[in-house]
Amino acid sequence: MSKNVVGTPEQDQAFDAVLRELETVPGPLMKALQKAQEIYGYLPIEVQTRIADKFDVPLEEIYGIATFYSQFNLNPKGKYTIGICLGTACYVKGSGDVLNKFQEKLGIEPGQTTPDRKFTLDATRCIGCCGLAPVLTVNEEVYGKVTVDDVDKILAKYND
Amino acid sequence: MKTLQELQQIRDRMKGCLCNRAMAGEFEPADATVKYHILVCGGTGCTSGNSKTITEELKAAIDANGLTSDVKLIMTGCFGLCAKGPIVVVYPDGSFYQHVKPEDAREIVEEHIKNGRPVERLLHSEKDADGAHKAINETSFYKSQRRVVLRNCGLIDPENIDEYLARDGYKAYEKALTSMTQLEVIDEIKKSGLRGRGGGGFPTGTKWEFAHNSVSDVKYVVCNADEGDPGAFMDRSVLEGDPHTVIEAMMIAGYAIGAEKGYIYVRAEYPIAVHRLEVAIGQARAYGILGDNAMGLGKKFDIELRLGAGAFVCGEETALLQSTEGKRGEPRQRPPFPAVKGLFGQPTLINNVETYGNITQIILNGADWFASMGTEKSKGTKVFALGGKIINTGLVEIPMGTTLRTIIEEIGGGVPGGKKFKAAQTGGPSGGCIPASLIDTKIDYDNLIAIGSMMGSGGLIVMDEDNCMVDIAKFFLEFTVDESCGKCTPCRIGNKRLYEMLDKVTKGTATMEDLDKMEELCYYIKENSLCGLGQTAPNPVLSTLRYFREEYIAHVRDKKCPAGVCKALVSYKINADKCVGCTLCKRNCPVNAISGELKQTHVIDPQKCIKCGACIARCPKGAIEK
Repeated sequence: MSKNVVGTPEQDQAFDAVLRELETVPGPLMKALQKAQEIYGYLPIEVQTRIADKFDVPLEEIYGIATFYSQFNLNPKGKYTIGICLGTACYVKGSGDVLNKFQEKLGIEPGQTTPDRKFTLDATRCIGCCGLAPVLTVNEEVYGKVTVDDVDKILAKYND
Repeated sequence: MKTLQELQQIRDRMKGCLCNRAMAGEFEPADATVKYHILVCGGTGCTSGNSKTITEELKAAIDANGLTSDVKLIMTGCFGLCAKGPIVVVYPDGSFYQHVKPEDAREIVEEHIKNGRPVERLLHSEKDADGAHKAINETSFYKSQRRVVLRNCGLIDPENIDEYLARDGYKAYEKALTSMTQLEVIDEIKKSGLRGRGGGGFPTGTKWEFAHNSVSDVKYVVCNADEGDPGAFMDRSVLEGDPHTVIEAMMIAGYAIGAEKGYIYVRAEYPIAVHRLEVAIGQARAYGILGDNAMGLGKKFDIELRLGAGAFVCGEETALLQSTEGKRGEPRQRPPFPAVKGLFGQPTLINNVETYGNITQIILNGADWFASMGTEKSKGTKVFALGGKIINTGLVEIPMGTTLRTIIEEIGGGVPGGKKFKAAQTGGPSGGCIPASLIDTKIDYDNLIAIGSMMGSGGLIVMDEDNCMVDIAKFFLEFTVDESCGKCTPCRIGNKRLYEMLDKVTKGTATMEDLDKMEELCYYIKENSLCGLGQTAPNPVLSTLRYFREEYIAHVRDKKCPAGVCKALVSYKINADKCVGCTLCKRNCPVNAISGELKQTHVIDPQKCIKCGACIARCPKGAIEK
């Protein structure tokens, strides 16, 4: 049914099912992209093309949506995504310095992934636990009241 | 499908159970089916502090001690005092445990529940005149609060619809449909004086009236849960702690304007809120509260969730509607207003989470009750998210008209470390700073506008003497530049240029003329931008220029950052009187900029110093000064 060069057969099957479900939903494009990212981990051009074909809209429109929102990734992410909160509360408590330290340690800028695809570094918006400022997340794990000195310890935990 | 009688039976049955939780003294003590209620905070803050594991450990300890039938253990929404999290509260006595760790669970169960001796070392430190630890609702953090929107947060299990029902849940909808016409509902909201809590402060009843007056077969009710202001998390807490109150309010709104479908647009960054909303919608459908014949009262209403994907501008109502339709979240020109032409081209009522949080209480208690709280033009309460340099970071709900001083000094516990309060920022990137000299300002919509800030969604960030106001303005502007959708030029390019000028100020390369140019550009952007984001983006710059102009001038003319934040303008020096020559700074300097022998005063070479701050962090004597 579909020609997909990016995913496993299971992923393609799951995505087919999602697209079928969305046939009757008004305004389905963002939902389709969100589901696609859940399934594939990112939004390769082939997947965007499939959404465009399915709902009969130009690929530009899909690409326009995918690039408008910060949570959509056009490139694959690292095994661990480190998100450092740069919300106001965290910022005034020094999260900028923590971010600098990670940049220095990993040799990458926010938004980039290390060449071994192990770490992706993100500067995030407020994640809402301002009581723990400064806060960072590594995948789902949350670290609160982080200082520059904690950076090495945190990275060491993911030394696998 | 439950009948009205069956719902009432659930309320009556659950009320006896909830009576043990006497927060804010609202309940009569009543027959107890279980002796103790243990409430663990399941808000995002405490969950990050491992409150899930704490709950599991508590459960294990309860079972191991054979106390299963004596104790009811639940996870609630946010209690508000995030700074002390993870929080555990034990009722009926209201013992307020703070900074609880999973390994404390056994002690709480064995000492407090089994032996009746609260665990002293974990209790909130405030004591009453007799030297006993205060119950949660008597502590200074909670005492001055008036919880209307947050009435159920930290009190009920948000994933159990029966507990919401016991708090008169879905009674407001029943009352509206059985005893009020559509216009009477709208009139009640109008009379209450409720204004939009998302920031703008538009009268809610009038908004409902506009949507009601639009003629169309299909209309929509939308809830704006795209809380994007950094530092604001009240909407998240309401959704996490009391999702049904939003659902019920949307149902009432649907009845009032004649809509059968509601959308909640919620940030994807709030996974717990999304999960609890999904659970709540599922339970409401299972009870026939949502559906083709909602509560058997003859009206159809259902709700669908739409998730954002990380774009601040989507909090603007027209951009939010675009995004709900699955498109790029770019704002569109108003008029036509959403009440005339909104979601999918149909008349749409759109309100913010906190606004909806007030609706059921206005319907149940009447407009006069609501209007008795607050100031002349700002009625009711407002929830603020306290953050930054304040001891009690967290969520507080206060009557409109409370002074900033009460919020910061009394409820917030003041600035930590004995530092001096410098300014409070309200309204996030759209708002402005309130300087220490205006700390006695009574907080309401109009007073905040008059002093150059705005209510915004209710973020309140406290700053002390160590914060540079130019740097703060630059921080907010960097945020808006990054989040500008790019559709209109004043916002896309104007804010970028403004940011560059601010950057020059923080680097000491700006001229006094630049300050005037900046101000002019601010007004130009405000007047010419398409949507609220651009129209308010320069506010942080304008308000800091207004109240902290001398700080800008210090950067420009004296090439100094008085707060010692702007790196380019700071130089590090070692105070010879304090230095003991321990060599710690020298050994930790990454660029070998520090020289000196053991037990001799050390010196920093300003040519080599990169101002990383490593030496300040290490110095045991506080001898290094900026």
